[in-house]
Amino acid sequence: MLKDITIGQYFPGESVVHRMDSRIKIILTIAYIVMLFLSSNPAGLLVGLFFLWLSYGISHIPYKMILRSLRPVVPIILFTGVLNMFFMDGDPLWQLGFLKITREGVLMAVLMTVRIICLIAGTSLMTYTTSPIALTDAIERLLSPLGRFRLPVHELAMMMTIALRFIPTLIEETDKIMAAQKARGADLETGGIMQRAKALVPILIPLFVSAFRRADELALAMECRCYHGGEGRTRMKQLHLRYYDFVACAFVALCIVGVILINRFVPALL
Amino acid sequence: MENRFLRAEHLDFSYNTGEGETPTPVLQDLSVHIRRGEFTAVLGHNGSGKSTLAKHFNAILLPRGGTVYVDGMDTREEDNLLNIRQTVGMVFQNPDNQIVATIVEEDVAFALENMGIDPPEIRRRVDEALREVGMYEYRMHAPHQLSGGQKQRVAIAGIVAMRPKCIVLDEPTAMLDPRGRREVLRTIRKLNQEHGITVVLITHYMDEAARADRVVVMNDGKVLLDDTPRGVFSHVEVLESVGLDVPQATKLSHLLRQSGITLPDDILDDEEFAAAWQKLMEVHG
Repeated sequence: MLKDITIGQYFPGESVVHRMDSRIKIILTIAYIVMLFLSSNPAGLLVGLFFLWLSYGISHIPYKMILRSLRPVVPIILFTGVLNMFFMDGDPLWQLGFLKITREGVLMAVLMTVRIICLIAGTSLMTYTTSPIALTDAIERLLSPLGRFRLPVHELAMMMTIALRFIPTLIEETDKIMAAQKARGADLETGGIMQRAKALVPILIPLFVSAFRRADELALAMECRCYHGGEGRTRMKQLHLRYYDFVACAFVALCIVGVILINRFVPALL
Repeated sequence: MENRFLRAEHLDFSYNTGEGETPTPVLQDLSVHIRRGEFTAVLGHNGSGKSTLAKHFNAILLPRGGTVYVDGMDTREEDNLLNIRQTVGMVFQNPDNQIVATIVEEDVAFALENMGIDPPEIRRRVDEALREVGMYEYRMHAPHQLSGGQKQRVAIAGIVAMRPKCIVLDEPTAMLDPRGRREVLRTIRKLNQEHGITVVLITHYMDEAARADRVVVMNDGKVLLDDTPRGVFSHVEVLESVGLDVPQATKLSHLLRQSGITLPDDILDDEEFAAAWQKLMEVHG
């Protein structure tokens, strides 16, 4: 069950998307999200879907990975979908007491659902094709101007790196502790919510203790390797913009312009 | 050139305790010298102070009394700190807790990035260090995809990349399976023999100590024995009195000697025992 968490999982590869500058990938992902929310028209979202189809194709990430990334957000998607369906005013298609489904509601629900799916799939593509360390590196560099306002940018990036590094380790450990507690007769699967929450205590306590011990040892190991904060630090990997970064930027810009034009000239269904 | 590379002189140390409690001394008037290029094993049971001593060798702990010199530098001087950490690299027991980055090569680069070395030079040294420990093919892997022995070798590469003159390893094989242990030990010996890196191996495995140049046995914060492996393991009774084992072959020949069979007292492993036994048989027909 714990193995299903895909956010932050990286699939090493050699595609153009993998090799793109991680800073550009972050900026373009944000641009893509903006684009999704700009498009008030179903045709605009088709551009979003087309973009996804194309970029997953180029990066050789199997399309079924989209489904995997969506699994944790299914409840949110359903919730927004249903909410939009029932609470939009407009031509009623179906009515029962105070419940009614309108044409606009259905449309809006579909739009929102597609939007959320695109959003998750788009951001997942970024984490699938960018190693977490490249990602934090990019965040550090993109935020570095804020260092002037005394924002501890390097420290934040370091914390993120370490968090990412220890996710698999702690998941493994949780599995082990769960197995150990089950072997001692702990019942983790039955009972109501309260009972199950209580059953988690004997898992969380050892996990926390061990996490603190690990943190202690890691700090020591980092000190042994001359870590003394971000001052005077260099990086092995230098980021360089290449032609495909510009191509990608141009392509996303084109998509955004396309969406804006569609919004203006294609008759909205709403 | 000063041949005593690491020098602990009259070292006293105790950990901080709660108010009102008297701190129990961990190290007491301990003096030990590690020579340049030497492979030294430090033996001792839990609580003998061997890890505490190790942490004094790269200024993680500072002496309460006495002095520690690393290549002539006093560890208590703040200005020497980064220099000392580069001179003496340290590898810990749990490989999981010393790997910082999510990609093997990024982790190996970590120390070099901290030292502010130029990126192309970092790249060169990282590749070199990874080849040195035989992990070059795994440079793009995530640490959690590796076995314990492989992770520990990555941790060693992270230290080797700094080009230290000395590596202190604090029970590096305690959490590994036999195969991982062999890999790690082979790597350590290679670094010592081919690159002349001074090695201090803290361990409680007798067979690891038996292959060192020199063995320091610690007990209750003091040095109990300090000799070649043969010299140390010939004191079977002394070792057993402080709760340490001796290699099985040594133990067997010791017992046989006690019952009147004339075997040499410096047998370290099975092969030496077999050879000695064969000789004995030949003599007695």
